[in-house]
Amino acid sequence: MSDELSVPVRSEADLVTARQRGREIASALHFSSSEQTLIATAISEVTRNILSYAGSGELKLSLVQQGRKMGVSITARDNGPGIADLFSAMQDGYSTSGSLGLGLPGSKRLMDEFGIVSEVGKGTTVTMTKWKL
Amino acid sequence: MNRVRAPVLKLGETLIASVQEALMDADLVGLRDELVADVKRYRATGVVIDVTVLDVLDSFAARTIRNIAQMTRLIGARTVIVGIQPDVAFAMVQLGLTLEGTETALDLEDGLALLDIQLGRERRV
Repeated sequence: MSDELSVPVRSEADLVTARQRGREIASALHFSSSEQTLIATAISEVTRNILSYAGSGELKLSLVQQGRKMGVSITARDNGPGIADLFSAMQDGYSTSGSLGLGLPGSKRLMDEFGIVSEVGKGTTVTMTKWKL
Repeated sequence: MNRVRAPVLKLGETLIASVQEALMDADLVGLRDELVADVKRYRATGVVIDVTVLDVLDSFAARTIRNIAQMTRLIGARTVIVGIQPDVAFAMVQLGLTLEGTETALDLEDGLALLDIQLGRERRV
């Protein structure tokens, strides 16, 4: 397996693929089945955000290393409308699409590291990492 | 498409939706519409949705399942979700999902028993 895997996000079918790829890469690092599920769920949420708000985008899954720590890093990028109010977007229950509003804050809880950069009119990039303990 | 990924079986007054593989959003919405229509068509009083094979239940899936339970309840049937895997439950809680107000049971057998108790039915032999 190469160290970085790119998954185009254009349709709902890609959502299923993205989750599977996430599991594969996490399994290659010997993450527990429970941790694989956390990672796959977070991938599902950020990928769904791309589909719901931007229509299309890209997911990058990579193996990362920090000292002796290994982990899996996920970058979800789109060129959509961007998020005007990032603070609200990170609150539980806030949504502009009628969803439950748990995607971003929930994914942050599922992963160890979480960062989001968004510019209105330009797009949004979410980067998150899960470390293997 | 949904008929393959989540066929709905009728057992007495109960409908059993047995999810066979990963569902796409459209499948879940299709299942919701089919179950609501079938409750009326077959005068069903109970619905069991078996999600044993699902390895992820994200916020969209949870919301749709909760909607199915609420919609079927409004037209006169109880819904029980069965087979949520421990790993999936762990991830759902971290995500902030609780399926509050939705009945759950360990597996199909327990789900059917729960419906019998809730609906005051005689147990099937």
